[in-house]
Amino acid sequence: MKYKNVREILMNFIPIAAFFLALLIGAIMIAILGISPLIAYQALLKGAFGSMNAIADTVVKATPLLFVGLGICIAFRAGVLNIGGEGQLVAGALSATVVCLNFPNLPGWILIIIALFVGFLCGAIWAGIAGFLKAYFNVNEILSTIMLNYIAAYGMNYLLSGPIMDPLQIKLGSFIPQTARLTQAVDLPRLIPTRLHFGTIVAVVFAILVYIFLWRTTIGFRIRMIGQNIQASRASGINVQKYMVLAFILSGALVGLGGAIEVLGVHHRIFTDGSVSGFTGSAGFNGIVAALFGQLHPIGTIPASLLLGALLTGANKMQRVVQVPSALIGALNGLIVLFVVGSEYLRRHQTRRVERTMKIENKNKKENK
Amino acid sequence: MMKCKKNIIIIVMISILVFSLGFGANAKAFRVAVIMPSSISDLAFSQSMYDALLTIQEEMGKEEFQFVYSDNMFVVADAAAAIRDYASEGYDLVIAHGSQYGSSLVEIAPDFPNTSFAWGTSVNTFSDQGITNIFAYEARSEEGGYVSGVLAAKLSQTGTIGVIGPIETGDAKLYVDGFKAGVLATKPDAQVNVNWIGSFSDVALASEAAQTHINVGADVLTGTAQMVVGAIGVARQRGVLWFGTQADQTSLAPEIVVANQVYDWTVALKPMIQLVREGTMGGIIYVLTLANGGLKIVVNQEALVGKTIRDIIEGKIDIEL
Amino acid sequence: MEAIIIGIAKSAIRLATPYLYASIGETIGQLSGVLNLGVDGVMLMGAFSAFYTVLKTGNLILGLLVAIVVGAIFGLLIAFINVTLKAEQGISGIGVYIFGLGLSSLLFRTMVGTVQAVSGFPLLFIPLLSNIPIVGEIFFQQNILVYGAFALVPISWFILNKTPLGLSIRAVGQHPEAADSLGVNIVRIRYLTVIFGGMLSGVAGASLSIALLNVFQQNLTNGMGFIAVALVYFGAWRPLSVLSGALLFSTVNAIQIWIQVKGINIPSDFTLMLPYIVTIVVLAAMAKRYVRPPKALNKPFERGE
Repeated sequence: MKYKNVREILMNFIPIAAFFLALLIGAIMIAILGISPLIAYQALLKGAFGSMNAIADTVVKATPLLFVGLGICIAFRAGVLNIGGEGQLVAGALSATVVCLNFPNLPGWILIIIALFVGFLCGAIWAGIAGFLKAYFNVNEILSTIMLNYIAAYGMNYLLSGPIMDPLQIKLGSFIPQTARLTQAVDLPRLIPTRLHFGTIVAVVFAILVYIFLWRTTIGFRIRMIGQNIQASRASGINVQKYMVLAFILSGALVGLGGAIEVLGVHHRIFTDGSVSGFTGSAGFNGIVAALFGQLHPIGTIPASLLLGALLTGANKMQRVVQVPSALIGALNGLIVLFVVGSEYLRRHQTRRVERTMKIENKNKKENK
Repeated sequence: MMKCKKNIIIIVMISILVFSLGFGANAKAFRVAVIMPSSISDLAFSQSMYDALLTIQEEMGKEEFQFVYSDNMFVVADAAAAIRDYASEGYDLVIAHGSQYGSSLVEIAPDFPNTSFAWGTSVNTFSDQGITNIFAYEARSEEGGYVSGVLAAKLSQTGTIGVIGPIETGDAKLYVDGFKAGVLATKPDAQVNVNWIGSFSDVALASEAAQTHINVGADVLTGTAQMVVGAIGVARQRGVLWFGTQADQTSLAPEIVVANQVYDWTVALKPMIQLVREGTMGGIIYVLTLANGGLKIVVNQEALVGKTIRDIIEGKIDIEL
Repeated sequence: MEAIIIGIAKSAIRLATPYLYASIGETIGQLSGVLNLGVDGVMLMGAFSAFYTVLKTGNLILGLLVAIVVGAIFGLLIAFINVTLKAEQGISGIGVYIFGLGLSSLLFRTMVGTVQAVSGFPLLFIPLLSNIPIVGEIFFQQNILVYGAFALVPISWFILNKTPLGLSIRAVGQHPEAADSLGVNIVRIRYLTVIFGGMLSGVAGASLSIALLNVFQQNLTNGMGFIAVALVYFGAWRPLSVLSGALLFSTVNAIQIWIQVKGINIPSDFTLMLPYIVTIVVLAAMAKRYVRPPKALNKPFERGE
């Protein structure tokens, strides 16, 4: 028995082992480029945790990943994959910005609350479109969310090229696609004198709320049940369709809130380079990875997004210090995802195997008594 | 004899000491860090800055001038972290080569009064906000656009010219506006069709845009930003002339690339570096123009007259006198 | 008027080509129960390998073959992760995408360095057919790889619907337990379909870098692979419907380019949205009959569960 316990403990380390295996392959790639992997990874660590500013950057980078990850958690628990994160982030960010731009005379904290709520709502609506299309027109949500990502990006381009473009840009004649800087009144308060902002606290609070929602409410229970056993859920009379759409909408809401917080806490304006991830920086995709690393559990997503944020922040530092091509960082990122994803299910598979073996053993024991 | 040898040794040692002191005095190289939104091999905006820095390094020598870069920084938050990091690592000049980096610079520059920052394309040095260590630089790309437009109008036989741009913003807009003006000034009834493909990187869309332009009658094309490589390929395939900007695109299609507006950022960088060395950290706007040599028009003889020359040499043309 | 239609139609067919290759490949994989969201990454790797090969050797066939092999290798990797390691398919796909994008950019930077053009597959005028007025110009004066993409549709239809292999593939996707009990090797079928899908994604990439665009650049595909996956759902896992989806999307794209070039006064951002909006609207309008995805899609297979 003791042996099996140790084996179980060891199995939790599989994803960590996979993570390091990916880093090892990354080290080989770095070495091939003629750079010392040791110095490179040293820089990576320094960039992620080496100073107050570095840690702040890591946390700031992790915050939108956490919001998206939470949204993915809810969706995944209901058995739906939400890859519309990019569009929902834009929807949330845009709506929050528009609110702040149009009501400059309201007191800051009221405007912040309204803007965040509007961001939450618009993210929900953007995901809701996909949910609605699925429920009533049987349009597959992977198709609709991918399309909606592009529609959101082009919509943002349109608004930033004209209706809400920074008047300063028009005056200077440079026409950069961005809005005016929002008034300082709606800046989210900084936690310590770095870029770390209040939005992180909001994210953690919502992580707890999502946990409570999924594990301590009836709706949450039903959502999880649908994800685990759709037949049984139908059999027990749950309106599967309705709850899947609900999960989708809530997913988008959290992502939209994340987008709004990115504007109010980090950038204080919206800008783009025309592409789908021009403003989001692919947080919509990286957040999915964060959710997986967090075992699709809202509380687990907190350290997971932190880890991913550290990886991304540290990798940028690594690029600066050893001047490795930025593309290597993307390749390394992808490798890590592949290795950890590959090891995840294996770990769960092994755990189940152990459980089954234990069941048989217990059964044998009982029979022998 | 012994005394002679001893003296020689002393002289040699003192010489070595003096030389090393001399080298020590020059060892403080000027260090530049540059952040760019696209790849250094984009044959457009980012590459032009990278090439300029390489040129300066070749001229000044690697001991005197060193530079590092972070490209593909299209995520502004990452770029901001990079700017801040390079500044805190003691780089003398940090160049934020992208108009989207301005808002980040405003927040970072005051924290590093001993570092000089530069950004473009822009004309805002934020001196009205009391900031003294930011340079701005811009290119009057409409000038080269105008020149290309004039030449394009003269070369076009159908009178229809096509323009392919990314988004109607900043540098791209300047170039396109200038090009259009040049065409219409030369041939007022020329038809200039402009389309914005909505991204800086959709090569396939740029390629199809070129096809469509040619289908509606264009026999001369131009465009700006890195996705135009697709359009150039189509132009080459269908024998349509091309005018390039931001970099010398002749190598992609030497038969049809007529002229390129090339950006020479050294015109801005050299005086900037000089000023920083003398203690002025910012507040000046540098503009690349045709007048100061920052903008150069590079004409490709091959596309313009190459075929005609070859035909004469091969006797295919009978010149009637 | 005639010329306009011909121009737009030819554009649409060219634009549809990479989508077709990638979509059909993904369709086959999904029919056997495996979801691969990393199509874009494999396309990029295929595009780069083909480009690099042609750049260094000038041999187009070799370039195409290299793209197929690279695509197959990635297919093998995806199959291993999704089928053997039973990973979470949606997420592993995103990992493949990020990895493929990063690796292709890295290889391009270190092995090529600057943007260059190559001479790719030429146009092929099909004798006799290309002389038919209008239709001939639209359909039979295209690039060689374009013909390949369209030929793929009836071929895949035939394989999926009229051969024992096709039956096995679909059975594995719908009722893996039943198929397994009948002796069908689930793992082998899934490996086969995913590797084949990878090969087709590789060709899709090659169609861009050594046929249609004749250039390689970082992120050449710009998200095409994701649209290709979306089109699988549009086509309800039927090759012919996938074709109509690819053509619909590409035709609207071609039309919106034309609208802009003609200077018709609609903001470019709205015309750019059109292909995406139209695709959703048409699918919504069409979905009268309930379409069931392969039952085992995105579910790893375990005997005895």
